[in-house]
Amino acid sequence: MRIGREIKMQRLSSPQELEKYRQEILSQRNLNQTIVTVCGGTGCHAAGCHAVVDAFKKVLQESVKNNGISLRVTGCHGFCERGPLVVIHPKEIFYQRVKPEDVPSIFSETILKGNILEHLLYEHPVTGERILTEKDVPFYKKQMRIIFGNNGFIDPTKIEDYLAVGGYQALVKALFSMRPEEIIQEVKKANLRGRGGGGFPAGIKWESCRRAKGDIKYVICNADEGDPGAYMDRSLLEGNPHSVLEGMIIGAFAIGAKEGYVYVRHEYPLALTNIMMAIEQARGLGLLGKNILNSGFDFDVFISRGGGAFVGGESSALVASIAGDVAEPRAKHIHLVESGLWNRPTTLNNVETWANVPVIILKGGDWYSQIGTEGSKGTKIFSLVGKVNNTGLVEVPMGITLREIIYDIGGGIPEGKKFKAVQTGGPSGGCIPESLLDLPVDFDRLTEVGSMMGSGGMIVMDESTCMVDVAKYFMNFLKDESCGKCTSCREGTKRMHELLTEITEGRGKLEYLDLLEELGWVTAEASLCALGGTAPNPVLSTLRYFREEYEEHILHKRCPAKVCRSLLKYRILPEVCTMCGRCAKACPTDAITGKRKTKKEEGIPFRIDEEKCIKCGMCFESCKFNAIEVQ
Amino acid sequence: MTHSEIDTIIERHGKKESAILAILQDIQTREKYLSKEALEYVGEKLRIPLTKLYRIATFFRAFSLMPRGRHEICVCMGTACHVRGAQRVLDQIQLELGIRPGETTKDLNFTLETVNCLGVCAAGPVVAIDGQYFGKMSPTKVEGTLKRFYENRKGDKDAKA
Repeated sequence: MRIGREIKMQRLSSPQELEKYRQEILSQRNLNQTIVTVCGGTGCHAAGCHAVVDAFKKVLQESVKNNGISLRVTGCHGFCERGPLVVIHPKEIFYQRVKPEDVPSIFSETILKGNILEHLLYEHPVTGERILTEKDVPFYKKQMRIIFGNNGFIDPTKIEDYLAVGGYQALVKALFSMRPEEIIQEVKKANLRGRGGGGFPAGIKWESCRRAKGDIKYVICNADEGDPGAYMDRSLLEGNPHSVLEGMIIGAFAIGAKEGYVYVRHEYPLALTNIMMAIEQARGLGLLGKNILNSGFDFDVFISRGGGAFVGGESSALVASIAGDVAEPRAKHIHLVESGLWNRPTTLNNVETWANVPVIILKGGDWYSQIGTEGSKGTKIFSLVGKVNNTGLVEVPMGITLREIIYDIGGGIPEGKKFKAVQTGGPSGGCIPESLLDLPVDFDRLTEVGSMMGSGGMIVMDESTCMVDVAKYFMNFLKDESCGKCTSCREGTKRMHELLTEITEGRGKLEYLDLLEELGWVTAEASLCALGGTAPNPVLSTLRYFREEYEEHILHKRCPAKVCRSLLKYRILPEVCTMCGRCAKACPTDAITGKRKTKKEEGIPFRIDEEKCIKCGMCFESCKFNAIEVQ
Repeated sequence: MTHSEIDTIIERHGKKESAILAILQDIQTREKYLSKEALEYVGEKLRIPLTKLYRIATFFRAFSLMPRGRHEICVCMGTACHVRGAQRVLDQIQLELGIRPGETTKDLNFTLETVNCLGVCAAGPVVAIDGQYFGKMSPTKVEGTLKRFYENRKGDKDAKA
C-alpha cells in the first residue's frame, strides 16, 4: 500500500495558503491511481465490513505488485441493504455484499488484471442484467446527492480528503467576499428550511439571531438524532464531518457568534469520534480558532455529549442539557435566537441543515432554489427502511413522489407482499396510506395529510404490519420519553397507550376510538413542546386512514396483520407436518407434543397445547415446511 | 474508582456546572455505573447538591445506578426494527436469560437494555452487544449469538440462572 508523503500540517494564515495546500494535496494524487473504497458506515459494519477491510489490508501488504493502490475506508454510501459495499476507482466498479473471502480474487482479477467478477455486481431485479457502476444502479439513479455524495469517496478522518474535493472553499468565499448580511440573504434566497423536523426557514432564524441584542452569541449543531428509523445525521457526521463544521463556521460568521457546540447523541460513538477528530484537524490548520485564515474572525467549536433522552433533541431542552441541567423543554414564547444557551442569543440547526450551507454559499441561493417545490427547496436525505427491498439512505430533490422513492429507488416491497403504509416524521409523524402514494414529498404536503417531514425517517409497512400495533408502539415510546413536565403529555400519552393496549389485547370497546381522539386533541393543545404537541399524530393518522383495522380488533377480536399476540392462535396442520420435531425443540414452554419420525419408527404429527402456548412464534420461525398456521 | 481517578476526570472537563454530564458520562463509561460514593464525591468537588446529580443521573438513559454485567446487550426497538419483529427478538432474549430490560443476570455476565434507535435501521432488527452490531436478527438466532459471550461455554446453563 502506498502511503502518500506526509504533508506537514501547519496553521494556514490566508486563503492563498489554503489554496496552495489544496493544490499540494491534489498534485500528490494521481487520478488514474486505483483507489479501493470500502463503506465503513454502520449498516455495512453490521454486515461485517471490518473483516473485508482487514482482508484488503492483508492482501495489499502481502502483494509485491501493489504499486499505487490505496485503500480508503469511507462513510456510508447509502445502499445499506447491499453491504458491505466496495467501489474500485477510477473505473467506479461497484461490488456489493462482499465477503472477506472474495477479497483475494478482487485483488488478483479486478485490480491487477481488470477483469470483472460478475457475481459481485448488482443484479437488476427485473431484467437480471448485471450493473457495473454505482451510478447506474436503480437505487442511485433517481437520487440527487448534493449533500451526501462525497460520503462515499472521502475518508472522514482526513481533512486532506475533504480539501481535495473542494472543501472549505465556501468558507473562504463567505469570509473574504461576502458580508454577514449577504450570507444571510443567500440562505434566505435558497429558502433553506430546518431539516431536523420543524422546517423553520434557517435564514430568518439567522437574521433574528444576528439582530438580537448581546455581544456573545452561540451556534449549535443538533446531532441528537432521536427519531427512531432515521440515521442520516449519524451518517453525515460519521462520513463527512467537515461539511457540517464548515456550515457551522459560515453560520457563526453570519450571525456574529464566536463559540459553537455540537450536541452528539449518546448512542453514536463513531459520530462523536469523527467530529472530534475533524475539529482537531480544523484547529490545526487554523480553520477554527483565533483569526481564521487572517480574516479577523474568531470561532471555535466544542462538543457536548447527549445523555440518551429523546426530548434532548428539542431545542430548548438541548440548550438546558449543554448548560449542565436535565433536558427539559421550556415555554416557547422566549425564542432561542433571543435567549438561548446561557441566556444568550443562540442559533440551533441540525446536522443536515448545516451541511447544506457550504453548498448554498458556493453555488448560490438561486441555483439551490431551482431544486424542489414552491415551499421546500433543495434536497432531503431520507432513511428508507422497514419493509422495502432496497433499504438505505437516499437523497432526493424535494417534490419527488412517495411512489418514486418506494418503488423506483426502494425497489418495492419484499416477498411480493402488498404495501400498506409509509410512516414519516418519527413519533411525531403519521402513517400515509396507499391512496396517497403520488403525493409530492415536501414539508407542507406531508403536514397536510396528517404526517410530517420530521428528520426524514421513512418506514415502509406492508400487509404484515398491524397499524394498531404501530400506534401502540409509538405511544409506548412517547410515554417513556415524555419528560413529565406537562401533565397533558405525561398523562395523555400514558392513557392513550393503555387504551391501545386494551384494543390489541382484545378488550377494546368502540367508544375507545372517540376517547383516543379526544385525548389526542387535549395532549396536543395543552403541552409546551413539540413532543407533546405532535404526540397524538401516530394515533390520529392511523385512525384516519386505517379505522377499519381498529374496528376489526374491537368487534371481531382479530388482528388482520397477525401481529397482536393476544389475538393469535398457532396451529400445526397435521397433513403438512413432516414430523421432523424441529418445532418441539424450538418451543420454550414444551407446549408442542408429538413423536419424531425416524427411519425405524413411525411418528405422530405434532400439535400445540393452547394452554401452554405463549405465542412466541418460535415454532413458526423454525418450521421449514409451512406446516404452522397463524390465525 | 478512587478519588484521584475522579479528580483526573473532573480536571479534564473543568470544575464547572456545564461539565456535569461529561464527568458523569466518563465515570459511567469507566465503572459502568454511578456509585453513591462517586456521586457524593463529584457533588463535593463541584459544589453541586447531591439531589441535582441524582436528578440528572435518573433523567438520562445513559446512566445506571446499579452495577452492570460484563456484557451489555442492547436491543434496538426503533420503528424500522419494530416492523421487522424486534419485539420477538427481545422476548426471546428475555426468555433465554431470564431477565427483563434494565436487569442484570445473577452471574453478572449480561445486562439487558433496549434502545429507541441505534441508527442501523437498514439492517434491522439489530442487537448490539458491547457495541458490536448484529443485524437481521431473528428469535432463532438469539441463542447462537448469545453463546459467543458466555464466559465458560460448559457453564451455559448456570450462566442463564
